[in-house]
Amino acid sequence: MSAVEAIDLRRSFSSRTSVLRRAKETVEAVRGVSFVIERGEIFGLLGPNGAGKTTTIKMLITLLLPSSGSAKVLGYDVARDAVKVRRRIGYAFGGDRGLYDRLSAQDNLRYFAELYAVPPRTQRARIGELLELVGLRGREKERVEGYSRGMRQRLHIARALLHDPAVLFLDEPSIGIDPVGARELRATVAALAGQGKTILLTTHYMFEADELCDRIAVIGSGRILAEGTPADLKSRVRGGRVLEVETFGVLDESVDDVRRLDGVRSVTVEARTQSQVLHVSMDSEAELTAAVLGRIGDVRVGRVASREPTLEDAYVELIGER
Amino acid sequence: MSRWGRTARRIPRQFAVVWWLQLKMLAADAFSGILQIVWPLFFATTAFLMFRISGDHELVFYAGLGATVMGIWSSVAASSSSALQRERWLGTLELIVSAPMPFALVLSSITTAMATIGLYSMVATLIWGWLVFGMSLHIVQPIAFGCAVVVLVFAIAMIGFLLSVTVVRYRSAWAIGSLLECPVWLLCGLLVPVALLPVWVRPLSYVLPPTWGVRAMREAASGTSPWVSLLVCAVLGGAYALMAALIGRSLLKSARRQATLALT
Repeated sequence: MSAVEAIDLRRSFSSRTSVLRRAKETVEAVRGVSFVIERGEIFGLLGPNGAGKTTTIKMLITLLLPSSGSAKVLGYDVARDAVKVRRRIGYAFGGDRGLYDRLSAQDNLRYFAELYAVPPRTQRARIGELLELVGLRGREKERVEGYSRGMRQRLHIARALLHDPAVLFLDEPSIGIDPVGARELRATVAALAGQGKTILLTTHYMFEADELCDRIAVIGSGRILAEGTPADLKSRVRGGRVLEVETFGVLDESVDDVRRLDGVRSVTVEARTQSQVLHVSMDSEAELTAAVLGRIGDVRVGRVASREPTLEDAYVELIGER
Repeated sequence: MSRWGRTARRIPRQFAVVWWLQLKMLAADAFSGILQIVWPLFFATTAFLMFRISGDHELVFYAGLGATVMGIWSSVAASSSSALQRERWLGTLELIVSAPMPFALVLSSITTAMATIGLYSMVATLIWGWLVFGMSLHIVQPIAFGCAVVVLVFAIAMIGFLLSVTVVRYRSAWAIGSLLECPVWLLCGLLVPVALLPVWVRPLSYVLPPTWGVRAMREAASGTSPWVSLLVCAVLGGAYALMAALIGRSLLKSARRQATLALT
Protein backbone atom coordinates (compact mmCIF):
# COMPACT_ATOMS: atom_id res chain seq x y z
CA MET A 1 0.00 0.00 0.00
CA SER A 2 1.33 3.43 -0.96
CA ALA A 3 1.62 6.21 1.60
CA VAL A 4 -0.18 8.79 -0.53
CA GLU A 5 -2.16 8.24 -3.68
CA ALA A 6 -3.86 11.05 -5.63
CA ILE A 7 -6.01 10.15 -8.62
CA ASP A 8 -7.21 12.86 -10.99
CA LEU A 9 -7.62 15.29 -8.12
CA ARG A 10 -9.48 18.47 -9.00
CA ARG A 11 -10.54 21.49 -7.00
CA SER A 12 -12.28 24.63 -8.16
CA PHE A 13 -13.23 27.73 -6.19
CA SER A 14 -16.28 29.87 -6.84
CA SER A 15 -16.60 33.50 -5.89
CA ARG A 16 -19.01 36.34 -6.51
CA THR A 17 -17.61 39.27 -8.45
CA SER A 18 -19.26 42.03 -6.40
CA VAL A 19 -22.19 42.76 -4.14
CA LEU A 20 -24.33 44.32 -6.87
CA ARG A 21 -23.28 42.22 -9.86
CA ARG A 22 -23.65 38.72 -8.53
CA ALA A 23 -21.90 37.04 -11.45
CA LYS A 24 -20.23 33.84 -10.33
CA GLU A 25 -16.57 33.27 -11.13
CA THR A 26 -15.03 29.83 -10.97
CA VAL A 27 -11.31 29.29 -10.78
CA GLU A 28 -9.85 25.82 -11.26
CA ALA A 29 -6.92 25.66 -8.87
CA VAL A 30 -6.14 21.96 -9.35
CA ARG A 31 -6.99 20.28 -12.67
CA GLY A 32 -6.49 16.54 -12.52
CA VAL A 33 -3.42 15.92 -10.40
CA SER A 34 -2.31 12.30 -10.01
CA PHE A 35 0.73 10.93 -8.21
CA VAL A 36 1.77 8.17 -5.86
CA ILE A 37 4.18 8.50 -2.93
CA GLU A 38 5.69 5.31 -1.60
CA ARG A 39 6.36 4.78 2.09
CA GLY A 40 9.60 6.31 3.32
CA GLU A 41 9.93 8.52 0.27
CA ILE A 42 10.55 12.28 0.19
CA PHE A 43 8.39 13.60 -2.61
CA GLY A 44 8.79 17.20 -3.78
CA LEU A 45 6.00 19.27 -5.28
CA LEU A 46 7.53 22.19 -7.13
CA GLY A 47 5.73 24.99 -8.86
CA PRO A 48 5.36 28.75 -9.05
CA ASN A 49 2.98 30.72 -6.82
CA GLY A 50 -0.63 29.88 -7.63
CA ALA A 51 0.30 26.56 -9.28
CA GLY A 52 -1.96 24.55 -6.97
CA LYS A 53 0.59 23.12 -4.53
CA THR A 54 -1.07 24.33 -1.33
CA THR A 55 -4.57 23.45 -2.57
CA THR A 56 -3.34 19.92 -3.33
CA ILE A 57 -1.84 19.64 0.15
CA LYS A 58 -5.02 20.99 1.76
CA MET A 59 -7.05 18.28 0.04
CA LEU A 60 -4.61 15.63 1.22
CA ILE A 61 -4.69 16.83 4.83
CA THR A 62 -8.54 16.89 4.75
CA LEU A 63 -9.01 20.66 5.05
CA LEU A 64 -10.64 20.82 1.61
CA LEU A 65 -12.82 18.32 -0.20
CA PRO A 66 -11.82 17.57 -3.80
CA SER A 67 -14.31 18.81 -6.42
CA SER A 68 -13.68 15.49 -8.15
CA GLY A 69 -11.12 12.72 -8.17
CA SER A 70 -9.92 10.94 -5.07
CA ALA A 71 -6.97 10.68 -2.74
CA LYS A 72 -5.88 8.21 -0.11
CA VAL A 73 -3.40 8.57 2.69
CA LEU A 74 -2.18 5.24 4.10
CA GLY A 75 -5.20 3.63 2.49
CA TYR A 76 -7.76 6.01 4.01
CA ASP A 77 -9.89 8.19 1.79
CA VAL A 78 -9.31 11.90 2.52
CA ALA A 79 -12.98 12.74 1.94
CA ARG A 80 -14.67 9.89 3.82
CA ASP A 81 -12.16 8.96 6.53
CA ALA A 82 -10.99 12.44 7.52
CA VAL A 83 -10.45 11.67 11.22
CA LYS A 84 -8.47 8.49 10.49
CA VAL A 85 -6.28 10.43 8.06
CA ARG A 86 -5.76 13.26 10.59
CA ARG A 87 -4.53 10.85 13.25
CA ARG A 88 -1.82 9.58 10.92
CA ILE A 89 -0.47 12.74 9.33
CA GLY A 90 1.49 15.79 10.41
CA TYR A 91 1.35 19.18 8.73
CA ALA A 92 3.70 22.14 8.95
CA PHE A 93 3.78 25.26 6.84
CA GLY A 94 6.32 28.05 6.42
CA GLY A 95 6.15 31.55 7.85
CA ASP A 96 5.67 33.15 11.22
CA ARG A 97 2.11 32.05 11.90
CA GLY A 98 0.68 28.84 13.32
CA LEU A 99 1.97 29.16 16.88
CA TYR A 100 0.79 30.87 20.04
CA ASP A 101 3.32 33.67 20.53
CA ARG A 102 2.45 34.26 24.16
CA LEU A 103 3.11 30.69 25.15
CA SER A 104 6.49 29.04 25.50
CA ALA A 105 7.62 26.39 23.02
CA GLN A 106 6.94 23.75 25.65
CA ASP A 107 3.38 24.99 26.26
CA ASN A 108 2.73 25.19 22.51
CA LEU A 109 3.78 21.56 22.18
CA ARG A 110 1.72 20.57 25.22
CA TYR A 111 -1.34 22.28 23.73
CA PHE A 112 -1.04 20.53 20.39
CA ALA A 113 -0.15 17.22 22.05
CA GLU A 114 -3.62 17.34 23.64
CA LEU A 115 -5.23 18.22 20.33
CA TYR A 116 -3.58 15.13 18.84
CA ALA A 117 -4.47 12.96 21.85
CA VAL A 118 -0.87 12.09 22.71
CA PRO A 119 -1.19 9.93 25.86
CA PRO A 120 -0.34 11.94 29.01
CA ARG A 121 2.18 9.32 30.16
CA THR A 122 4.31 9.67 27.04
CA GLN A 123 3.70 13.38 26.42
CA ARG A 124 6.55 14.80 28.50
CA ALA A 125 9.14 12.40 27.08
CA ARG A 126 7.89 12.94 23.52
CA ILE A 127 8.09 16.74 23.84
CA GLY A 128 11.63 16.42 25.23
CA GLU A 129 12.70 14.15 22.34
CA LEU A 130 11.27 16.53 19.75
CA LEU A 131 12.87 19.61 21.31
CA GLU A 132 16.16 17.73 21.11
CA LEU A 133 15.52 16.70 17.50
CA VAL A 134 14.82 20.25 16.30
CA GLY A 135 17.59 21.79 18.40
CA LEU A 136 15.42 23.83 20.77
CA ARG A 137 16.44 22.10 23.99
CA GLY A 138 17.33 24.78 26.55
CA ARG A 139 15.07 27.40 24.94
CA GLU A 140 11.78 25.59 25.49
CA LYS A 141 10.62 27.76 28.40
CA GLU A 142 10.97 31.03 26.44
CA ARG A 143 7.93 32.61 24.86
CA VAL A 144 7.70 31.98 21.13
CA GLU A 145 7.33 35.73 20.42
CA GLY A 146 11.09 36.03 21.02
CA TYR A 147 12.02 33.25 18.60
CA SER A 148 13.75 33.77 15.25
CA ARG A 149 11.96 32.58 12.14
CA GLY A 150 14.25 29.56 11.89
CA MET A 151 13.46 28.55 15.49
CA ARG A 152 9.74 28.96 14.84
CA GLN A 153 10.02 26.80 11.77
CA ARG A 154 11.75 24.05 13.69
CA LEU A 155 9.08 24.32 16.38
CA HIS A 156 6.45 23.92 13.63
CA ILE A 157 8.09 20.67 12.61
CA ALA A 158 8.24 19.47 16.22
CA ARG A 159 4.53 20.26 16.54
CA ALA A 160 3.73 18.29 13.40
CA LEU A 161 5.63 15.28 14.78
CA LEU A 162 4.03 15.17 18.24
CA HIS A 163 1.79 12.19 17.53
CA ASP A 164 4.53 10.39 15.58
CA PRO A 165 2.73 10.56 12.22
CA ALA A 166 3.75 8.23 9.43
CA VAL A 167 3.26 10.89 6.76
CA LEU A 168 4.42 14.48 7.00
CA PHE A 169 3.29 17.36 4.80
CA LEU A 170 5.70 20.30 4.71
CA ASP A 171 4.42 23.30 2.79
CA GLU A 172 7.33 25.63 1.97
CA PRO A 173 8.97 25.07 5.36
CA SER A 174 12.15 26.99 4.56
CA ILE A 175 10.50 30.15 3.26
CA GLY A 176 12.18 33.28 4.64
CA ILE A 177 14.77 31.43 6.70
CA ASP A 178 18.43 32.48 6.62
CA PRO A 179 20.91 30.06 4.97
CA VAL A 180 22.14 28.59 8.27
CA GLY A 181 18.58 28.05 9.52
CA ALA A 182 17.59 26.52 6.17
CA ARG A 183 20.55 24.14 6.31
CA GLU A 184 19.56 23.03 9.83
CA LEU A 185 16.01 22.54 8.65
CA ARG A 186 17.16 20.40 5.72
CA ALA A 187 19.22 18.31 8.13
CA THR A 188 16.10 17.82 10.29
CA VAL A 189 14.01 16.76 7.27
CA ALA A 190 16.74 14.37 6.13
CA ALA A 191 16.89 12.89 9.65
CA LEU A 192 13.13 12.33 9.59
CA ALA A 193 13.38 10.55 6.27
CA GLY A 194 16.10 8.42 7.86
CA GLN A 195 13.55 7.39 10.50
CA GLY A 196 11.26 6.10 7.76
CA LYS A 197 8.78 9.00 7.59
CA THR A 198 7.07 9.67 4.29
CA ILE A 199 7.38 13.36 3.45
CA LEU A 200 5.61 15.53 0.91
CA LEU A 201 7.59 18.74 0.59
CA THR A 202 6.74 21.85 -1.38
CA THR A 203 9.47 24.40 -1.92
CA HIS A 204 10.62 27.15 -4.24
CA TYR A 205 14.27 26.33 -3.64
CA MET A 206 15.57 23.94 -6.30
CA PHE A 207 18.78 23.03 -4.50
CA GLU A 208 16.66 22.06 -1.50
CA ALA A 209 14.48 19.78 -3.60
CA ASP A 210 17.57 18.41 -5.36
CA GLU A 211 19.28 17.64 -2.06
CA LEU A 212 16.30 16.14 -0.23
CA CYS A 213 13.76 14.65 -2.62
CA ASP A 214 13.73 11.10 -3.95
CA ARG A 215 11.19 12.13 -6.56
CA ILE A 216 9.76 15.43 -7.72
CA ALA A 217 6.59 16.52 -9.50
CA VAL A 218 6.57 19.90 -11.19
CA ILE A 219 3.12 21.49 -11.05
CA GLY A 220 1.94 24.46 -13.07
CA SER A 221 -1.56 25.90 -13.56
CA GLY A 222 -3.01 23.05 -11.52
CA ARG A 223 -1.49 20.26 -13.64
CA ILE A 224 1.50 17.98 -13.18
CA LEU A 225 3.95 18.99 -15.90
CA ALA A 226 6.65 16.43 -15.18
CA GLU A 227 7.48 13.83 -12.59
CA GLY A 228 10.60 11.85 -11.81
CA THR A 229 13.80 11.76 -9.82
CA PRO A 230 15.87 14.97 -9.76
CA ALA A 231 18.26 13.22 -12.17
CA ASP A 232 15.36 12.39 -14.55
CA LEU A 233 14.24 15.99 -14.59
CA LYS A 234 17.76 17.30 -15.13
CA SER A 235 18.21 14.86 -18.00
CA ARG A 236 15.36 16.63 -19.79
CA VAL A 237 17.70 19.55 -20.32
CA ARG A 238 20.81 17.40 -20.43
CA GLY A 239 22.41 17.19 -23.78
CA GLY A 240 22.31 20.93 -23.58
CA ARG A 241 24.29 23.71 -21.96
CA VAL A 242 23.47 26.95 -20.24
CA LEU A 243 25.20 30.18 -21.16
CA GLU A 244 25.09 32.88 -18.50
CA VAL A 245 25.65 36.45 -19.65
CA GLU A 246 25.73 39.35 -17.21
CA THR A 247 24.47 42.55 -18.82
CA PHE A 248 23.80 46.10 -17.69
CA GLY A 249 20.60 47.47 -19.24
CA VAL A 250 19.71 44.81 -21.81
CA LEU A 251 16.52 45.56 -23.78
CA ASP A 252 13.53 43.19 -24.05
CA GLU A 253 13.79 43.24 -27.85
CA SER A 254 17.40 42.05 -27.64
CA VAL A 255 16.33 39.16 -25.39
CA ASP A 256 13.67 38.23 -27.98
CA ASP A 257 16.38 38.30 -30.67
CA VAL A 258 18.46 35.86 -28.63
CA ARG A 259 15.41 33.57 -28.26
CA ARG A 260 15.06 33.42 -32.04
CA LEU A 261 18.60 32.08 -32.57
CA ASP A 262 18.85 28.54 -33.93
CA GLY A 263 19.91 26.14 -31.15
CA VAL A 264 18.48 28.27 -28.32
CA ARG A 265 15.88 26.37 -26.26
CA SER A 266 14.87 29.05 -23.79
CA VAL A 267 16.05 32.32 -22.28
CA THR A 268 15.30 33.63 -18.82
CA VAL A 269 16.37 36.96 -17.36
CA GLU A 270 17.36 37.20 -13.72
CA ALA A 271 17.16 40.80 -12.50
CA ARG A 272 19.83 41.72 -9.96
CA THR A 273 20.37 45.06 -8.21
CA GLN A 274 22.28 46.69 -11.05
CA SER A 275 22.54 44.03 -13.69
CA GLN A 276 20.50 41.43 -15.54
CA VAL A 277 21.77 37.90 -16.03
CA LEU A 278 20.58 36.05 -19.12
CA HIS A 279 20.36 32.28 -18.73
CA VAL A 280 20.41 30.94 -22.27
CA SER A 281 19.59 27.24 -22.47
CA MET A 282 20.89 25.78 -25.73
CA ASP A 283 21.83 22.60 -27.54
CA SER A 284 25.22 21.29 -26.45
CA GLU A 285 26.67 21.13 -29.92
CA ALA A 286 25.71 24.75 -30.65
CA GLU A 287 28.44 27.33 -30.18
CA LEU A 288 26.40 30.43 -29.73
CA THR A 289 28.42 32.68 -27.43
CA ALA A 290 29.42 35.08 -30.18
CA ALA A 291 25.92 35.10 -31.68
CA VAL A 292 24.29 35.79 -28.32
CA LEU A 293 26.69 38.63 -27.57
CA GLY A 294 26.04 40.01 -31.05
CA ARG A 295 22.24 40.10 -30.44
CA ILE A 296 22.54 41.78 -27.06
CA GLY A 297 23.62 44.98 -28.73
CA ASP A 298 25.71 47.80 -27.36
CA VAL A 299 24.95 47.35 -23.66
CA ARG A 300 27.80 46.73 -21.25
CA VAL A 301 28.50 43.02 -20.70
CA GLY A 302 30.03 41.62 -17.50
CA ARG A 303 30.74 37.98 -16.74
CA VAL A 304 30.09 35.34 -19.42
CA ALA A 305 30.14 31.67 -18.45
CA SER A 306 28.96 28.32 -19.72
CA ARG A 307 27.81 25.55 -17.36
CA GLU A 308 25.94 22.23 -17.02
CA PRO A 309 22.14 22.51 -16.55
CA THR A 310 20.77 22.31 -13.01
CA LEU A 311 17.39 21.25 -11.62
CA GLU A 312 16.43 24.92 -11.64
CA ASP A 313 17.07 25.07 -15.40
CA ALA A 314 14.88 21.99 -15.85
CA TYR A 315 12.16 23.61 -13.71
CA VAL A 316 12.33 26.92 -15.61
CA GLU A 317 12.16 25.09 -18.91
CA LEU A 318 9.15 23.03 -17.78
CA ILE A 319 7.29 26.02 -16.42
CA GLY A 320 8.19 28.02 -19.53
CA GLU A 321 6.68 25.30 -21.76
CA ARG A 322 3.19 25.82 -20.31
CA MET B 1 -9.40 -0.04 29.72
CA SER B 2 -12.08 0.00 27.00
CA ARG B 3 -12.02 2.50 24.14
CA TRP B 4 -14.98 4.37 25.64
CA GLY B 5 -13.27 4.46 29.02
CA ARG B 6 -10.15 5.97 27.48
CA THR B 7 -12.25 8.55 25.60
CA ALA B 8 -14.17 9.43 28.77
CA ARG B 9 -10.89 10.10 30.56
CA ARG B 10 -9.30 11.91 27.65
CA ILE B 11 -12.06 14.46 26.97
CA PRO B 12 -12.05 16.21 30.39
CA ARG B 13 -8.25 16.29 30.29
CA GLN B 14 -8.18 17.79 26.79
CA PHE B 15 -10.77 20.36 27.84
CA ALA B 16 -8.81 21.26 30.98
CA VAL B 17 -5.40 21.58 29.28
CA VAL B 18 -6.73 23.70 26.41
CA TRP B 19 -8.67 25.85 28.92
CA TRP B 20 -5.60 26.32 31.12
CA LEU B 21 -3.22 27.22 28.29
CA GLN B 22 -5.73 29.59 26.69
CA LEU B 23 -6.25 31.19 30.09
CA LYS B 24 -2.48 31.54 30.45
CA MET B 25 -2.36 33.35 27.12
CA LEU B 26 -5.23 35.67 27.98
CA ALA B 27 -3.76 36.40 31.40
CA ALA B 28 -0.39 37.23 29.82
CA ASP B 29 -1.94 40.28 28.17
CA ALA B 30 -1.47 42.87 30.92
CA PHE B 31 -3.27 45.69 29.08
CA SER B 32 -6.41 43.62 28.52
CA GLY B 33 -6.20 42.44 32.11
CA ILE B 34 -6.24 46.01 33.42
CA LEU B 35 -9.10 46.89 31.09
CA GLN B 36 -10.92 43.81 32.31
CA ILE B 37 -10.74 45.18 35.84
CA VAL B 38 -11.19 48.91 35.25
CA TRP B 39 -13.80 49.00 32.50
CA PRO B 40 -16.63 47.10 34.29
CA LEU B 41 -16.12 49.36 37.32
CA PHE B 42 -17.66 52.26 35.39
CA PHE B 43 -20.86 50.30 34.84
CA ALA B 44 -20.81 48.98 38.39
CA THR B 45 -20.37 52.52 39.70
CA THR B 46 -23.40 53.68 37.69
CA ALA B 47 -25.43 50.83 39.16
CA PHE B 48 -24.28 51.54 42.71
CA LEU B 49 -25.01 55.28 42.38
CA MET B 50 -28.50 54.56 41.01
CA PHE B 51 -29.47 52.10 43.72
CA ARG B 52 -27.76 53.92 46.63
CA ILE B 53 -30.39 56.66 46.40
CA SER B 54 -32.99 54.22 47.72
CA GLY B 55 -31.00 53.82 50.94
CA ASP B 56 -31.85 50.13 50.89
CA HIS B 57 -28.67 48.08 51.51
CA GLU B 58 -30.29 44.91 50.18
CA LEU B 59 -31.08 46.67 46.93
CA VAL B 60 -27.47 47.85 46.63
CA PHE B 61 -26.31 44.26 47.18
CA TYR B 62 -28.82 43.07 44.56
CA ALA B 63 -27.46 45.55 42.03
CA GLY B 64 -23.86 44.84 43.05
CA LEU B 65 -24.18 41.13 42.31
CA GLY B 66 -25.75 41.91 38.94
CA ALA B 67 -22.89 44.31 38.19
CA THR B 68 -20.33 41.57 38.89
CA VAL B 69 -21.90 39.42 36.17
CA MET B 70 -21.95 42.34 33.71
CA GLY B 71 -18.15 42.19 33.54
CA ILE B 72 -18.12 38.44 32.79
CA TRP B 73 -20.69 38.84 30.02
CA SER B 74 -18.88 41.85 28.54
CA SER B 75 -15.63 39.88 28.46
CA VAL B 76 -17.26 36.93 26.69
CA ALA B 77 -19.42 38.97 24.29
CA ALA B 78 -16.44 40.94 23.02
CA SER B 79 -13.83 38.19 22.89
CA SER B 80 -15.79 35.09 21.90
CA SER B 81 -17.37 36.75 18.88
CA SER B 82 -13.86 37.22 17.49
CA ALA B 83 -12.41 33.99 18.94
CA LEU B 84 -12.20 32.17 15.62
CA GLN B 85 -11.00 35.30 13.86
CA ARG B 86 -8.17 35.49 16.40
CA GLU B 87 -7.22 31.87 15.70
CA ARG B 88 -7.36 32.65 11.99
CA TRP B 89 -4.96 35.61 12.40
CA LEU B 90 -2.61 33.46 14.43
CA GLY B 91 -2.68 30.82 11.70
CA THR B 92 -3.78 28.20 14.22
CA LEU B 93 -7.37 27.79 12.99
CA GLU B 94 -6.55 25.25 10.31
CA LEU B 95 -4.33 23.38 12.76
CA ILE B 96 -7.25 23.15 15.19
CA VAL B 97 -9.65 22.11 12.43
CA SER B 98 -7.29 19.46 11.07
CA ALA B 99 -6.54 17.97 14.51
CA PRO B 100 -8.33 14.81 15.64
CA MET B 101 -9.68 16.50 18.83
CA PRO B 102 -13.31 17.55 18.16
CA PHE B 103 -13.48 21.17 17.06
CA ALA B 104 -16.40 21.83 19.43
CA LEU B 105 -14.35 20.69 22.40
CA VAL B 106 -11.45 23.00 21.52
CA LEU B 107 -13.69 25.97 20.92
CA SER B 108 -15.77 25.49 24.07
CA SER B 109 -12.52 25.30 26.09
CA ILE B 110 -11.38 28.57 24.51
CA THR B 111 -14.62 30.41 25.32
CA THR B 112 -14.60 28.96 28.84
CA ALA B 113 -11.13 30.48 29.31
CA MET B 114 -12.55 33.80 28.10
CA ALA B 115 -15.40 33.60 30.60
CA THR B 116 -13.00 32.63 33.38
CA ILE B 117 -10.95 35.76 32.72
CA GLY B 118 -14.21 37.64 33.38
CA LEU B 119 -13.87 36.56 37.03
CA TYR B 120 -11.22 39.31 37.37
CA SER B 121 -13.97 41.85 36.88
CA MET B 122 -16.30 40.02 39.27
CA VAL B 123 -13.75 40.17 42.08
CA ALA B 124 -12.83 43.78 41.24
CA THR B 125 -16.50 44.82 41.27
CA LEU B 126 -17.16 43.16 44.63
CA ILE B 127 -14.13 44.86 46.19
CA TRP B 128 -15.07 48.20 44.61
CA GLY B 129 -18.64 47.96 45.88
CA TRP B 130 -17.44 47.03 49.37
CA LEU B 131 -14.71 49.69 49.61
CA VAL B 132 -16.39 52.66 47.93
CA PHE B 133 -20.12 52.04 48.34
CA GLY B 134 -20.17 50.06 51.56
CA MET B 135 -21.77 47.03 49.94
CA SER B 136 -22.18 44.13 52.34
CA LEU B 137 -20.24 41.01 51.31
CA HIS B 138 -22.19 38.70 53.57
CA ILE B 139 -23.06 35.52 51.70
CA VAL B 140 -25.41 33.22 53.63
CA GLN B 141 -24.59 30.05 51.61
CA PRO B 142 -21.00 30.48 50.41
CA ILE B 143 -20.68 26.97 48.90
CA ALA B 144 -23.92 27.31 46.94
CA PHE B 145 -22.77 30.80 45.90
CA GLY B 146 -19.46 29.35 44.63
CA CYS B 147 -21.36 26.66 42.69
CA ALA B 148 -23.60 29.36 41.19
CA VAL B 149 -20.56 31.34 40.02
CA VAL B 150 -18.97 28.23 38.44
CA VAL B 151 -22.19 27.21 36.65
CA LEU B 152 -22.81 30.79 35.53
CA VAL B 153 -19.28 31.10 34.10
CA PHE B 154 -19.80 27.78 32.25
CA ALA B 155 -23.20 28.89 30.91
CA ILE B 156 -21.92 32.26 29.73
CA ALA B 157 -18.97 30.46 28.09
CA MET B 158 -21.43 28.27 26.18
CA ILE B 159 -23.32 31.33 24.90
CA GLY B 160 -19.89 32.58 23.81
CA PHE B 161 -19.28 29.24 22.09
CA LEU B 162 -22.55 29.60 20.18
CA LEU B 163 -21.76 33.21 19.33
CA SER B 164 -18.28 32.35 18.08
CA VAL B 165 -19.47 29.70 15.59
CA THR B 166 -22.50 31.71 14.48
CA VAL B 167 -20.63 34.86 13.52
CA VAL B 168 -17.44 33.30 12.19
CA ARG B 169 -18.20 34.22 8.57
CA TYR B 170 -18.42 37.92 9.35
CA ARG B 171 -15.22 39.93 9.29
CA SER B 172 -16.64 42.42 11.82
CA ALA B 173 -17.85 39.70 14.19
CA TRP B 174 -16.50 41.62 17.21
CA ALA B 175 -19.05 44.37 16.49
CA ILE B 176 -21.90 41.86 16.77
CA GLY B 177 -20.55 40.83 20.17
CA SER B 178 -20.43 44.44 21.32
CA LEU B 179 -23.96 44.97 20.03
CA LEU B 180 -25.24 42.17 22.26
CA GLU B 181 -23.52 43.46 25.38
CA CYS B 182 -26.14 45.90 26.79
CA PRO B 183 -29.30 44.01 25.72
CA VAL B 184 -28.17 40.95 27.70
CA TRP B 185 -27.51 43.10 30.80
CA LEU B 186 -31.10 44.26 30.63
CA LEU B 187 -32.75 41.02 29.53
CA CYS B 188 -31.05 38.90 32.20
CA GLY B 189 -32.06 41.16 35.05
CA LEU B 190 -28.52 42.15 35.94
CA LEU B 191 -29.59 45.72 36.73
CA VAL B 192 -33.36 45.63 37.06
CA PRO B 193 -35.50 42.60 37.96
CA VAL B 194 -36.89 40.64 35.02
CA ALA B 195 -40.36 41.13 36.57
CA LEU B 196 -40.14 44.84 35.70
CA LEU B 197 -39.56 44.15 32.00
CA PRO B 198 -42.51 44.14 29.55
CA VAL B 199 -44.32 40.80 29.52
CA TRP B 200 -43.49 40.09 25.85
CA VAL B 201 -39.76 40.42 26.59
CA ARG B 202 -39.69 37.98 29.47
CA PRO B 203 -39.62 34.72 27.44
CA LEU B 204 -36.36 35.98 25.95
CA SER B 205 -34.99 36.54 29.45
CA TYR B 206 -35.94 33.03 30.52
CA VAL B 207 -34.04 31.34 27.68
CA LEU B 208 -30.84 33.18 28.57
CA PRO B 209 -28.77 31.24 31.15
CA PRO B 210 -27.37 34.34 32.95
CA THR B 211 -30.94 35.18 34.05
CA TRP B 212 -30.96 31.96 36.07
CA GLY B 213 -27.31 32.11 37.05
CA VAL B 214 -27.51 35.55 38.60
CA ARG B 215 -30.79 34.57 40.25
CA ALA B 216 -29.03 31.56 41.80
CA MET B 217 -26.21 33.81 43.05
CA ARG B 218 -28.69 36.20 44.65
CA GLU B 219 -30.63 33.30 46.20
CA ALA B 220 -27.47 31.76 47.64
CA ALA B 221 -26.36 35.14 48.99
CA SER B 222 -29.71 35.81 50.65
CA GLY B 223 -30.17 32.31 52.04
CA THR B 224 -32.95 30.88 49.86
CA SER B 225 -32.37 27.67 47.91
CA PRO B 226 -30.53 28.36 44.61
CA TRP B 227 -30.53 24.80 43.24
CA VAL B 228 -33.52 25.01 40.87
CA SER B 229 -32.20 28.20 39.29
CA LEU B 230 -28.75 26.61 39.13
CA LEU B 231 -30.10 23.51 37.41
CA VAL B 232 -32.01 25.57 34.82
CA CYS B 233 -28.87 27.63 34.19
CA ALA B 234 -26.78 24.48 33.67
CA VAL B 235 -29.37 22.84 31.38
CA LEU B 236 -29.69 25.99 29.26
CA GLY B 237 -25.88 26.23 29.10
CA GLY B 238 -25.75 22.61 27.90
CA ALA B 239 -28.43 23.32 25.28
CA TYR B 240 -26.43 26.27 23.96
CA ALA B 241 -23.33 24.07 23.82
CA LEU B 242 -25.21 21.41 21.86
CA MET B 243 -26.55 23.97 19.39
CA ALA B 244 -23.07 25.44 18.97
CA ALA B 245 -21.53 21.99 18.41
CA LEU B 246 -24.11 21.17 15.71
CA ILE B 247 -23.67 24.53 13.97
CA GLY B 248 -19.88 24.18 14.20
CA ARG B 249 -20.05 20.74 12.63
CA SER B 250 -22.15 21.86 9.69
CA LEU B 251 -19.96 24.94 9.29
CA LEU B 252 -16.83 22.81 8.97
CA LYS B 253 -18.53 20.47 6.51
CA SER B 254 -19.54 23.46 4.43
CA ALA B 255 -16.05 24.94 4.67
CA ARG B 256 -14.47 21.72 3.38
CA ARG B 257 -17.00 21.40 0.57
CA GLN B 258 -17.37 24.97 -0.63
CA ALA B 259 -14.13 26.50 0.65
CA THR B 260 -16.27 29.38 1.88
CA LEU B 261 -14.53 29.63 5.21
CA ALA B 262 -10.98 30.82 4.55
CA LEU B 263 -9.05 28.70 6.96
CA THR B 264 -5.87 30.72 6.72
